[in-house]
Amino acid sequence: MRFLLEDLPAALKGNPPNVGGIFTTLYGGGIVAVNRIVKKKVLAPAVKLIEVENHLIAKKAQPGQFVILRVHEKGERIPLTISDYDREKGTVTIIFQEVGKTTTLLGRLEEGDRILDLVGPLGKPTHLEGLQRVVVVGGGLGTALVFSQVKELHRRGTKVDCIIGARNKDLIILEEEIKPYCANLYIATDDGSKGHKGFVTDVLKRLLDEGNRYDRAIAVGPLIMMKVVSNLTRQYGLPTVVSMNPIMVDGTGMCGCCRLTVGGQTKFACVDGPEFDGHLVDFDEVIKRTAMYREEEKTAMELLQRSLKEGV
Amino acid sequence: MAEPRRKPNLVKTKVPMPAQDPQVRIKNFDEVALGYTPEQAVEEARRCLRCKEPRCVQGCPVNVKIPEFIMLIEEGKFLEAYYKILETNNLPAICGRVCPQENQCEKHCLRGEKGEPVAIGRLERFAADYAASCGEPRHEPTNPAPPKGKVAVVGSGPAGLTCAADLAKMGYQVTVFEAFHTPGGVLVYGIPEFRLPKRVVQREIDNLKKLGVEIQTNMVIGKILSVDELFSEGYDAIFIGTGAGLPQFLRIPGENLNGVFSANEFLTRINLMRAYRFPEYDTPIKIGRRVAVIGGGNVAMDAARCALRLGAAKVYIVYRRSEEEMPARREEIHHAREEGVEFKLLTNPVRILGDDNGWVKGLECVTMELGEPDASGRRRPVPKPGSEHCLEVETVIIAIGTTPNPLIANTTPGLELTKFGGIVVDEATGQTSRPGIFAGGDSVTGAATVILAMGAGKRAAKAIDAYLAARR
Repeated sequence: MRFLLEDLPAALKGNPPNVGGIFTTLYGGGIVAVNRIVKKKVLAPAVKLIEVENHLIAKKAQPGQFVILRVHEKGERIPLTISDYDREKGTVTIIFQEVGKTTTLLGRLEEGDRILDLVGPLGKPTHLEGLQRVVVVGGGLGTALVFSQVKELHRRGTKVDCIIGARNKDLIILEEEIKPYCANLYIATDDGSKGHKGFVTDVLKRLLDEGNRYDRAIAVGPLIMMKVVSNLTRQYGLPTVVSMNPIMVDGTGMCGCCRLTVGGQTKFACVDGPEFDGHLVDFDEVIKRTAMYREEEKTAMELLQRSLKEGV
Repeated sequence: MAEPRRKPNLVKTKVPMPAQDPQVRIKNFDEVALGYTPEQAVEEARRCLRCKEPRCVQGCPVNVKIPEFIMLIEEGKFLEAYYKILETNNLPAICGRVCPQENQCEKHCLRGEKGEPVAIGRLERFAADYAASCGEPRHEPTNPAPPKGKVAVVGSGPAGLTCAADLAKMGYQVTVFEAFHTPGGVLVYGIPEFRLPKRVVQREIDNLKKLGVEIQTNMVIGKILSVDELFSEGYDAIFIGTGAGLPQFLRIPGENLNGVFSANEFLTRINLMRAYRFPEYDTPIKIGRRVAVIGGGNVAMDAARCALRLGAAKVYIVYRRSEEEMPARREEIHHAREEGVEFKLLTNPVRILGDDNGWVKGLECVTMELGEPDASGRRRPVPKPGSEHCLEVETVIIAIGTTPNPLIANTTPGLELTKFGGIVVDEATGQTSRPGIFAGGDSVTGAATVILAMGAGKRAAKAIDAYLAARR
């Protein structure tokens, strides 16, 4: 089967901007291009940053929130964390890894192209009030997701120690961007090509053992990393916030697809989260639920790659 | 009306509705009921007795001029019949398909006393589909005057669409805000294609746009803009028709296993996202060989029939009371049974069993007996001791109802709510506890029907007009 990649450029390139009504009243009658990619950058192989124009979302976005997007008419709705926002410019920044069909198609959009549907800001913002000293752990793409929080904490005068990790040095992202906002920045790579050889949790354990005291740990990254961090900080009595990114459909509490067990109670990541107390999350259940459509995700990717090869 | 020679068709039963054969239709998502031909419509229209004081009209929440439009069908004036319906009903093609006519107009039909009532719903659908087949020549908006005011409608389901259309016709500038990427609310995410084709909904949305209504999709009010911000953006009044989107779960062990869906998720994947056409469409759905749907309403029937069409070999409806108490329409139960859905009545699930990988492998149930009537007036089911048994299934769909989504309520200070989360309104006007804010449909009543939501949208439109006229 051929995918509708041939439709993709027509649907998204050079389309007239979605304007009128609310947008014109909000912006003094001026024409406002919506969901247009104004900047694109490759951060690491398969990790891309896009800055998207959407004044309304940019006006409301707060650290910890996410958007749901769709890239073509037959596309899936997927949630992606808002990494940064610029209220003046009216843009939100999204950093994503090309892991499935939708993110791969998203990665093929260029500056000037439009994202078909963009909804947000969704989820509850992070509570960052009253914190003196925080340790932030970002694993892989997780670094992109903690970026806005680190920035906001710094703005509030909180001292931030940040540990970022990846499999190797090429996959370390945003090191330079995040550095100015950190009191200390530590790096860990699985293969030792940069920083500590080993896991981010090794560094965290060392910091805790050395007697560093924190009000809170914030950990965002692969589920297994967040689980290990939470297990570690539990032993030290360090409150830990993790950010969940389960499968979602609507993102407004309507379908319950993103449910997870937190402290024995069922919560919806889209409206009750996406951030939860890491010590209470049933990670094993989340890991199983995330695998629900693995087969289908593989099928979709294989078909996509075949149709990309055919040179559409 | 002097028409001495008219002899009504005295056949006691409705002209049968042509339908897809059950064995064929469980393999596709095409519409089950195919609709009357012009000849069949005329023959059925001739069954109307043209009562001097028609009781059917009182049974209709939007007071469709039923005998008048049926007379026009009988005379072969199909387009005129459609316009007659449109005078009070903005969504005839939808109502003709999904209204519970047996509890409304048709319940009051005189013919129903000795035989079947006139098939009012089928005739309504016929008139609307006939008009669509002629390219839908519709009355153009005749109001070139400057708008009387600006109204925001939150939610594009049946309540919102009706309210928006009525206000536009009265000369207001209306913007509808929809959270999803496609407007239509429950009409697109909830009701399956085989009961209500999405092109029919699209047609009605297009008609609304022709009236000058602006529709903004991807706008989650309460997140991107609050209701109060809509006021500061210049809207003079706001109608909230956000439906009852919050799924209920059973709170039994195993509900978070893979293979357990809320009916909302299951139906949204299929209807809105078209998962039944995966991988042509990107959204997937998982279906086991055996499926249990828990609940006895229309949504449960829809989910069960979707499961069959996705290829399930065995589909059970698990319902804790008896068939008599089932809230689903008889026609839906009949269709489900015809297609091979098996009913496990007086059966209550107590636990969902999973395998080592976290997937559903069974549903543990107990048999129930009916005891004394409860608060709802229905006999309360009580478990029979020692009746535990297990249904082997790989998929469980929970269709036990929904409650209003709290997103708007939580972000609109001063909006009074009932204890189940519904918005408190004056029933006659839809007026909420906040001036200028009106509400109607499932966000007020909890999950109900399309036509009741439309009735509420209509009343609110009238009340909004009165409210704004008083302020002018």
